[in-house]
Amino acid sequence: MQLNTRGIPYYINKPLVARVTRNQDIDEEGNILITGDSAIHYLPKFSALLTGLPIAQLIPDKPAVYNVLSLDHLQEGDIVAINTDGIIQTLYRPGSKQNFLLFTERCNSNCLMCSQPPKNKNDGDYFYNIYSQLIPLLPTDCEEIGITGGEPTLLGDLFFQLLDQLKNHLPDTEIHCLSNGRTFAWREMTEQIASLNYERLMFGIPVYSDHAASHDYIVQAKGAFNQTMQGLYNLAAIGQRLEIRVVLHKQTIPRLKKLAHYIYRNLPFASHVAFMGLENQGYTPHNIDKLWIDPDDYMNELTEAAEYLDQMGMNVSIYNSQLCVMPERLWRFNRKSISDWKNIYLEKCAGCRLLNDCGGLFASCSEQHSKAIKPFL
Amino acid sequence: MIATHPSIKTNRKFKDQQYYKTDTDTYFLLPFRFHRLNEKREIIVNDCGDFLVVDRGMVEKIISKQIQPGDEIYPDLLANFFISEQPVPPLLNIMATKYRTKKSFLDHFTSLHIFVMSLRCEHTCHYCQVSRVSDNRTAYDMKRDHIDKGIGMMMRSPNPHVTMEFQGGEALLAFDNIKYAVEKAKEEAIKHDKQISFVICSNLALINEEILSYCKENDILLSTSIDGPAFIHNKNRHRLGNNSYELAVAGIRAAKQALGEDKVSALLTTSTLSLDYPQEIVDEYYKLGFRNIFLRPISPYGFAARNKERNFYSAGEFLEFYKKALHHVIAYNRIGEFYREDYTTIILKKILTPFPVGYVDLQSPAGMINNVIVFNYDGDIYASDEARMLAEMKDHTFRLGSLDTHSYEEIFYGEKARTFSDAWLNESLPGCADCAFQPFCGADPVFNYATQGDIYGHRPTSDFCHRNMEIIRYLFELMDNDKEVERIFRTWIKPNC
Repeated sequence: MQLNTRGIPYYINKPLVARVTRNQDIDEEGNILITGDSAIHYLPKFSALLTGLPIAQLIPDKPAVYNVLSLDHLQEGDIVAINTDGIIQTLYRPGSKQNFLLFTERCNSNCLMCSQPPKNKNDGDYFYNIYSQLIPLLPTDCEEIGITGGEPTLLGDLFFQLLDQLKNHLPDTEIHCLSNGRTFAWREMTEQIASLNYERLMFGIPVYSDHAASHDYIVQAKGAFNQTMQGLYNLAAIGQRLEIRVVLHKQTIPRLKKLAHYIYRNLPFASHVAFMGLENQGYTPHNIDKLWIDPDDYMNELTEAAEYLDQMGMNVSIYNSQLCVMPERLWRFNRKSISDWKNIYLEKCAGCRLLNDCGGLFASCSEQHSKAIKPFL
Repeated sequence: MIATHPSIKTNRKFKDQQYYKTDTDTYFLLPFRFHRLNEKREIIVNDCGDFLVVDRGMVEKIISKQIQPGDEIYPDLLANFFISEQPVPPLLNIMATKYRTKKSFLDHFTSLHIFVMSLRCEHTCHYCQVSRVSDNRTAYDMKRDHIDKGIGMMMRSPNPHVTMEFQGGEALLAFDNIKYAVEKAKEEAIKHDKQISFVICSNLALINEEILSYCKENDILLSTSIDGPAFIHNKNRHRLGNNSYELAVAGIRAAKQALGEDKVSALLTTSTLSLDYPQEIVDEYYKLGFRNIFLRPISPYGFAARNKERNFYSAGEFLEFYKKALHHVIAYNRIGEFYREDYTTIILKKILTPFPVGYVDLQSPAGMINNVIVFNYDGDIYASDEARMLAEMKDHTFRLGSLDTHSYEEIFYGEKARTFSDAWLNESLPGCADCAFQPFCGADPVFNYATQGDIYGHRPTSDFCHRNMEIIRYLFELMDNDKEVERIFRTWIKPNC
């Protein structure tokens, strides 16, 4: 699924965020009109135009992007950002349950299996500008929005301002924020979360090992484990809802059962524990030798870990796994978790009678996947 | 301490595992205790109750710093807070929170308030500590004035949720007074913004429609006694007509039907006769529809202590009985039936969960005063149920005062309470202080006094110590040897079971 496109910008002086429409007669003001009609005239209510036509055929009277490569993926009501370089990013799709806001590409960790490798550029002001425009446009009946990064909390004050905006504009929307939790080792950070008093906010924080050195190696940051643990405790002390996330790969499997015990004995306040299959994206292909283990070969460890936590009354899910690779007793933990825009099934899955219940694969895993995948016929 | 601020990384070149290991050639020991489980295995336990079962000889290696960072056990020791690579462990705050959590059963102070409504009873159980066969209500029933004062004192408890338990003798012989007490307590609870639960302890021989519908209206729980099949029960629990068992069983059926399965519980008292019938007793509870049984040794108080022939047995004999019965309970689980032993479950909760477990007979600080207080029929106040049983043998050591003459402060913070507090922490008792099982066990100054003559006790000859150490050791051994047992045990400690 396509989320970006580009064309030639015309008087886009700063990033512009608005809903797209193909309806010239719409009453609402401020939308971006997508048009292929060279005969359109003065349309004051639109904030910008997007067109596949060359500028020679349509001379806009307002900011625009012309010669856009493709516009078919944009649906009525989608919210996009038009950047000064002509890149048109889809920020929000009303029909999807997997909308997320990427708050920053900066990160204080550098995980071996990061699917979205961080950048060192300070992008806080840029993203704040985009999202502070976006949030007021979001439909208030939106069920859930994810916040991701990079490490979103690195936005500092801007992070809390955006959360505050979300809380005020979308009081009924569940907000799921991914974070490595390290910054919450500082009480001031946690106190700011506490003062938001944001019941719909949940943090998803990874703990990859009960052994500090092993966790630090996986996230490529010395001292990260202790910071994350202290952060989790600080957040728990203010009653913050927390999810623990564990990515399954060669570095996490050997101590997986011990990690499960550690989570229950030390983090019993977590409202959810998610075990997640590897996404072959970002850094992962580069580090594949350090990371790859066929999921078929770790099902015993995963079964023990998941069933232990479940028995102890914790809420367990398995993400990014396929039913045919899992023993049947684990199916009850399986969730169809892969975002629609990067979710695929293999050719051989075509005849599978359980296809509708199966989460399938990441698009990035079309080659890198378990040898045990086979359709239920 | 958390050393550095999470700065933005500037160098994103991947580094190897070695880079992330702490550059240290030694480690520091955190406080822990150890115990030999059997010929092959030993256990280490820290103050938070984190534990590792390891091969024999491992403790010596740990202590003499022979463990290397590459050893398999090294990360286990770090992760479970047995060693640290820094003199002050970086997650000290977390250890503190864990410890605080384990002890948080203390947060609200006394919850269980026992009101001895009458000493009168129509049973003459041979092990009974306290009861009298008498029609003399004025001599042996609690007076309404004392009920009022007892409720007043209960309302002074800082605990937002108190339990009012009616005991006897046979409490139902004073049912009018129970009704009076429930109505009064409900009124006062509203005034003092307290939640209140009611329990009536009864042999159920006198249960009837009126009592059951009152219990239903007021959400009162019933706690009764079943000692096993009729031939054991009726032998232990004498009654005119020799029909205690039949009446109790009929009472349980009627009560469960009227109030619901979960509103009726039964306790087992293990007499000498019981020792030979562990399986029959376990089966009996199952047959009666219970999915739990509480294997309780006899208390060394009251008539039980006088009637040595029928009631005296060693801790060793009890343990043999307990193990056989426990295995039989486990056998039910192996064929897929949920059935649990309650004492085991209490200890397992302490072992297998990070949560607080306040159980009056096995906690430190002890349950006396901290968790339970007893208002006797005559207005005297005792530190625990066992303390008033001792009083029936004319020993008033644990009498804290009287509802007529003492204030709340004098009872709960008075001279006597302070004296007992010297002996109610197993953390500071000789023998207990060094014991690996300390976090899973408790202290019982009343038991020490009753059996050994002083509130501190002498661990090597203590039945309390012998019994609990062996039960705890045995549970670890069972789980270590058979992962299926560990899995079954985990089903017992699930919340809301």
